[in-house]
Amino acid sequence: MAARFARRLAGFLATLLAASFVIFAAVYAAPGDPAVFLAGGRDKLTPERLAAVRAQYHLDEPLVVQYGRWLGDCLHLDLGRSFKYGDQVADLITSRLATTLELVAYATVLFVVLGVGAGILAAGRQSTWVDSAVVGGTTLAASVPSFVAAIALVSLFGVQLGWFPVTGTGSGFTGTLHHLTLPALSLALGALALISRVTRQAMADAAASDHVEAARASGIPEREIIRHHVFRNALGPIVTMCGLVMAGMLAGTVVVETAFGISGIGSLLVGAINTHDFPVAQAVLLLMVTGYVVVTTLVDLVHPLLDPRVREEARTA
Amino acid sequence: MLLTLDHLTVHLPDTARPVLDDVSLRIAPGEVVGLVGESGSGKSTTAKAALGLLPAGARASGEVRVDDTDILALTGEALRRHRASTVAMIHQDPRAALNPVRRIGDFLRERGADRARATELLAAVGLSDPEHRLRRRPHELSGGMLQRVIIAGALAVRPRLLLADEATSALDVTTQAEILALLRTLRAEQDAGLLFITHDLHLAAAYCDRVYVMYAGRIAEERTAKALFTTPAHPYTRGLLSCSPTLGETSGTLRPIPGRPPSLYDTFPGCPFAPRCPDAEAPCETWRPEPLTLPDGGAAACRRTPVTAARSTP
Repeated sequence: MAARFARRLAGFLATLLAASFVIFAAVYAAPGDPAVFLAGGRDKLTPERLAAVRAQYHLDEPLVVQYGRWLGDCLHLDLGRSFKYGDQVADLITSRLATTLELVAYATVLFVVLGVGAGILAAGRQSTWVDSAVVGGTTLAASVPSFVAAIALVSLFGVQLGWFPVTGTGSGFTGTLHHLTLPALSLALGALALISRVTRQAMADAAASDHVEAARASGIPEREIIRHHVFRNALGPIVTMCGLVMAGMLAGTVVVETAFGISGIGSLLVGAINTHDFPVAQAVLLLMVTGYVVVTTLVDLVHPLLDPRVREEARTA
Repeated sequence: MLLTLDHLTVHLPDTARPVLDDVSLRIAPGEVVGLVGESGSGKSTTAKAALGLLPAGARASGEVRVDDTDILALTGEALRRHRASTVAMIHQDPRAALNPVRRIGDFLRERGADRARATELLAAVGLSDPEHRLRRRPHELSGGMLQRVIIAGALAVRPRLLLADEATSALDVTTQAEILALLRTLRAEQDAGLLFITHDLHLAAAYCDRVYVMYAGRIAEERTAKALFTTPAHPYTRGLLSCSPTLGETSGTLRPIPGRPPSLYDTFPGCPFAPRCPDAEAPCETWRPEPLTLPDGGAAACRRTPVTAARSTP
């Protein structure tokens, strides 16, 4: 178990290192010169001033040196200062991270409950109208882009019915919940089709196994068969897929944050890229990658708890 | 009679011939009845009919009765209670029949055994350290141990009828012998009937009181075990017997049955075994098989059966 854990951790760090270089290089290679922006615009630009700004921000050094410097600083938890705001990047991120995490958590609860629920429903009534309704409905929901869904939700629940506020994040637990319902829903809609279908298929596969027929032949109540033999055995793929979708959402809140005027990590990233704010863009991207890798690693670590055979293999390996 | 199958015919969708064709079979309390045949001859389907467990989309005619209950008419809760209390099946592959993620204790508990009874059952089927085994999962036990667990699960409900579907085929001979002895003891203790399904005719003849030989969804021959072995009446039974070597014979006497077992897409106007039968005559191709009573009380579905040819009364 310890060896397995160490191997996971090493893989985790290697992934992060590779990702950090790609992120740094990509932002570096992006068109536009941040020095121009830092010097205060094109009109009062002189070559001397440009050179001075470059030297001040170490922009005149080769890519690898800059990367090394940035990585070293990151390891000391110093993400640098924003070119645009002049604030510490870490402060900028922490002030906005909570909102994005709340949004993702809320959306995750929604797509897990609704998606898995719909999948179980469809699996239990395969080839009936319920099954077709679930598959058709979730496919429709997934084929609508999230910004269109956001606008539709706003016009229906926000404007027509007036049930939910359409912008801002609110305060307190219920206030936040109230404000984030529509954004979370529009974020979760796209995941519903995937999760419900993975659930349906995993349940169908589990239901086809011999031990389910054996349980049925022993007269075990159908409800217990579904719970202990079908759903329990289908959990592996369901948990994996939920984890992957949730991890993907950490980096996918941009559109919804923009549509609902929420100042989270996503809108911070878009702003930073538009203004060549290198340190902020790099830090946010690194954070998103870290989040993704952490979630997927956690999912992998949970897997042995769901399937004792995996645990056994890990022990003997 | 404990189990009565009367002219049971089962059709599956999109197949050319019925998977079970006019099967009549009975088991008395305390009796060990063998059911022998090649793969796909309908042995498992026959056994599952006693549980009211027919394949999806199957159409059944005829009668299945356990005691005096009409099984094919049972639905919902009544059917579930029948499966949970009267008849228990011992499955062919214990590793597939157990949920890999659940513990042995869970398996016994959901069949109505509390902790004390579960421990007692595991001890009864000869597992050492039963208390400890309850917390094990299937992948931590060997195939022989798992088969004992399956038997313990089947016994948990104190069934009147045990269906052993190739219960020992996957085990090595010493384990097989132990399990067979165990099944006989348990059957005697609870005066339960046992339907013993196997593809091994010699084993069936040695172990059972009476044996039914199945071919292509039909009963080819029904005899007492001894009669079956000494004077097989149906050419298929003779073929099966000469397929397996016995001690003292020279290797030259091993004669496989030519051809292959028919699939559900092959139809027969007459006797289904005729195409593979060494003694087949022209009328066999059109003679609709029916059980003909033999002088010793058995029956064989072969028109060449040297009998007084009185029709058996099933």
